[in-house]
Amino acid sequence: MSKTKLLPIFKKGLWENHPTFRQLLGMCPTLAVTTSALNGLSMGLAVMFVLVFSTFIVSLIRRLVPAQVRIAVYTIIIATFVTIADIFLKANFPQVSKDLGPYVPLIVVNCIILGRCEAFASKNTPLKSVIDALGISSGFLWGLMLLGSIREFFGSGSIFGITLLAKGFKPLIVMILPAGAFLVLGFLVSLINFIEKRMKKC
Amino acid sequence: MLKDLALIFISAVLTNNFVLTYFLGICPFLGVSGQMESAWGMGTAVTFVMTLSSAICWVFYHFILVKFNIIFLEYVVFILVIASLVQIVEMFIRKFSPPLYEMLGIYLPLITTNCAILGMALFMVTKKYGFIESVVFGFSAGLGFSLVLIIMAGIREELKYADVPKNFQGAGITLITAGILALIFMGFSGITS
Repeated sequence: MSKTKLLPIFKKGLWENHPTFRQLLGMCPTLAVTTSALNGLSMGLAVMFVLVFSTFIVSLIRRLVPAQVRIAVYTIIIATFVTIADIFLKANFPQVSKDLGPYVPLIVVNCIILGRCEAFASKNTPLKSVIDALGISSGFLWGLMLLGSIREFFGSGSIFGITLLAKGFKPLIVMILPAGAFLVLGFLVSLINFIEKRMKKC
Repeated sequence: MLKDLALIFISAVLTNNFVLTYFLGICPFLGVSGQMESAWGMGTAVTFVMTLSSAICWVFYHFILVKFNIIFLEYVVFILVIASLVQIVEMFIRKFSPPLYEMLGIYLPLITTNCAILGMALFMVTKKYGFIESVVFGFSAGLGFSLVLIIMAGIREELKYADVPKNFQGAGITLITAGILALIFMGFSGITS
């Protein structure tokens, strides 16, 4: 297998098949934890860990699992890795674990992961699946960080905890409230549509 | 006791609505809210599964996980309970209402991956609810989900006739509508305090 074949698979997840902006999958963590850029980053990394390992295992056993029970098997594999990630975060980064709250265990039901297991890993070799998982989760990661940065910038005047706006600035509280999440994401999705159309015209 | 239950009910349906404040169950919320009829079907299915799974998860948690000190398996156990329940509901609907089954299509098996249900089970544990409280909590969370889903479906049916800017069509306008809906629901936040 040549490198030229793997690179497009990786790139697809970054833009063309972007999980958040294109497929609108995995919305719960996207909206819930992006009150700050840092939270977005940690959530993105946790999802990356779970996605890479579970697609790897799923693609290893893809010929052994009967079609009728595959979803249940995938879910158990995913739940196992989520448990590992959760325990790891609790032990090493208690503050992060506290900030993300129930959204770490909820990675179990993140449709991105089940979706990749079903749509890609169950039909491809382990190497390809891992590359695909890396691509998709990198796409997810930049989406989360972008959303988190925008909301943190307007909501608390900082990015990654570094204050950027002067004292006179009145934070737009709505940005870190649930409503702000929906609004910002709505505008971002429309913006991405716009960019896509422009790119096609060129 | 009754007062506590009423409080749980109101907070799960209105003030701490699962969809609009915890962002749980967003995928079906965006996916099936296009038509009123499918919104009703989805809402009913989710409420049903949620009420049942709150009861069963509570029993599993307190009589198996806590008793044998294997709480670290809670995610695996909860998701298994929910997945099997969904399977049963799916068979039930397929048998008794084929049109509804046809309409819910892909979203029925996806109730398994509806974060609202697993989220409810996890909240039930962290909030240390008793059995009756858990069932009321599960039922009202499902009701809250259905309420928002149906409101959204109503709005989106009207939106079809609106002149939406091209780039906002589809997901964009849906998310912005949801944002405005979330703002409206913030108005309820004073009720429980």
